[in-house]
Amino acid sequence: MPLSTQFEDGNSQCILVAILDNVRNLSNILKAIHFRDHATCFATTNGIKVTVENAKCLQANAFIQAGIFQEFIVREESITFRINLTVLLDCLTIFGSTPLPGTSTALKMCYQGYGNPLTLFLEEGGVVTVCKINTQEPEDTLDFDFCSTNVINKIILQSEGLREAFAELDMSSEVLQITMSPEKPYFRLSTFGNSGSSHLDYPKDSDLMEAFHCNQTQTNRYKISLLKPSTKALALSCKVSIRTDNRGFLSLQYMIKNEDGQICFVEYYCCPDEDVSDSES
Amino acid sequence: MRSRDEGEQRRPAVFSRDTRRGVDYCHVALSTAKIVLGKAAHSLSRIGDELYLEPLEDGLSLRTVNTSRSAFACFLFAPLFFQHYQAARPPQRQPPRCKVLMKSFLAVFRSLAALEKTVERCCITLSPESNRLVVQLHCKHGVTKTYNLSFQECESLQAIFDPAECPHLLRAQARVLVEAVSPFSPALSEVTLGVSRGRRVVFRSYLEDDTDAARAMMTEMSLSEDEFQQLQAQEGASITFCLKEFRGLLSFAESANLSLNIHFDVPGRPAIFTIEDSLLDGHFVLATLAEPQAGQEPGQGPHSTTHQDDFANDDIDSYMIAMETTVGEGVAEGPRTPSPVSEEEEAESNVIPGTPPLKKFRSLFFGSVLAPMEPPSEPNPVLAEDSEGEG
Repeated sequence: MPLSTQFEDGNSQCILVAILDNVRNLSNILKAIHFRDHATCFATTNGIKVTVENAKCLQANAFIQAGIFQEFIVREESITFRINLTVLLDCLTIFGSTPLPGTSTALKMCYQGYGNPLTLFLEEGGVVTVCKINTQEPEDTLDFDFCSTNVINKIILQSEGLREAFAELDMSSEVLQITMSPEKPYFRLSTFGNSGSSHLDYPKDSDLMEAFHCNQTQTNRYKISLLKPSTKALALSCKVSIRTDNRGFLSLQYMIKNEDGQICFVEYYCCPDEDVSDSES
Repeated sequence: MRSRDEGEQRRPAVFSRDTRRGVDYCHVALSTAKIVLGKAAHSLSRIGDELYLEPLEDGLSLRTVNTSRSAFACFLFAPLFFQHYQAARPPQRQPPRCKVLMKSFLAVFRSLAALEKTVERCCITLSPESNRLVVQLHCKHGVTKTYNLSFQECESLQAIFDPAECPHLLRAQARVLVEAVSPFSPALSEVTLGVSRGRRVVFRSYLEDDTDAARAMMTEMSLSEDEFQQLQAQEGASITFCLKEFRGLLSFAESANLSLNIHFDVPGRPAIFTIEDSLLDGHFVLATLAEPQAGQEPGQGPHSTTHQDDFANDDIDSYMIAMETTVGEGVAEGPRTPSPVSEEEEAESNVIPGTPPLKKFRSLFFGSVLAPMEPPSEPNPVLAEDSEGEG
């Protein structure tokens, strides 16, 4: 591989070096959280976490663990920088986002530390593109304090069962109401739009339901405009875990299999909209 | 629908009334029926923004009319179409009539592929008590989708038309007609259908007078008489109508593998497109462009200008209200001239079908647009000259 030798000299100055044979393993998972222009990246020896936030109510995290990369070096305890995600994705897919069968774009990613650009070397069929993307001052990210001990209801569904539901969400409704309950209707998604309400019910014994652990009936509303972007993650995932805690905070965890069969996770956290006073049934 | 007729999944239907709850049910359970219903919704959505839904004793009626009231469409699904159908009977109570937003009804049936793959049963309930039209889709894996659509109670929407009064009739497999109109650009709004020399049926793109003929593309499809199951029209007969609505009905008819009847009269009178099988029938009534010079007596001219003046002073809103009330107000007025056509008018039992009640609504949409124009008797007589002159 020319990439690993060609730029050997610069490696020692980099505090982050990541090499990937198939760039799509990275770009696809970043697409799942690409609903805002800017993202914050954290890198440790375990891997990279990329965070995107919206309206102080929604946070999406993509985890790309070190094992996904063919080579992954982090020379500091942790590295944080902010970057324009749209530009990053444009660069990662500079050879096209749907490659010809049998070809793949290789990536080497370097970062020399605070104030330096993120440098990408992309190679496909002997052609190398070098991209330098300016990094920005990192911002504090939200801490949702979502703790698994406070989780009240948890459902794991095959993503296939939710895909259509999210694709067809009635966007004239301001909220998506999620009901999770040990009793009927078990798991219900409701919208209240201009043309009336709609409910989508999943019985707990459905084939789509991989796990059903609901302890008490909870009905929470979430801004539909905030949740709609999670459709991108849903589209790529094979399973989704839906959890709510005692405050009504929502956690959506998507299990995504990449082209090499490795598993990555994307997570969305969302604050509830308001207390449900009058729910239409 | 032939496949359903032969299919062994066909189940007996129940036609009863639940007096206790006083609601109207239809269960669409047949594997093809739900698709047919979905396709009908798609087809109607090409015309109107509101869907009029009426559970009648002889079936579920879905109707719509476009905003300019130049196109009307109606489907009637017989009780046997459903696995279970139950409607309020007139002696006990007035059958509920309602209209819902087309958009919201269509949202239920948006994805025909999903309808085919995942939906096992569809249940439509109209309950005036709750003021909701409830559509339930029972899908695979036990998933249930419930749509509570708000509706407005309304009067029946009815167009007055009588195919038997139209002297001309074309009948062909929908597939043949779909192929015939497929070359036309999706941007083309109107198409002229005519019978030319040698009894060939011709579809030709209709160009408005202000179109730059040098730039416009003319498409013409000519079909032999053999392609038609019935061709009862003299040479020279032709009408011009909207292509979009026609395509809507065609795609439905093609998917159901049905034949389409086109009943038409002189230009300016509505054309009636019908499909029929044992479990459903569909009628589309489309306004046609009036062409005073084509096949009408000279005395017609003043008449039509008068009508157009009428139209200019006319309050469309009052007409629209008239359509939704049961007063047959137009019946008494409206002197009978050979051409006036009210393609939609409230039909009460006392209205004689085919009576042209309010001539001023004749080809409402086109009439106003066309007033200053002088459509040539031949739609494209000077194409070549124009382009030469400019070149």
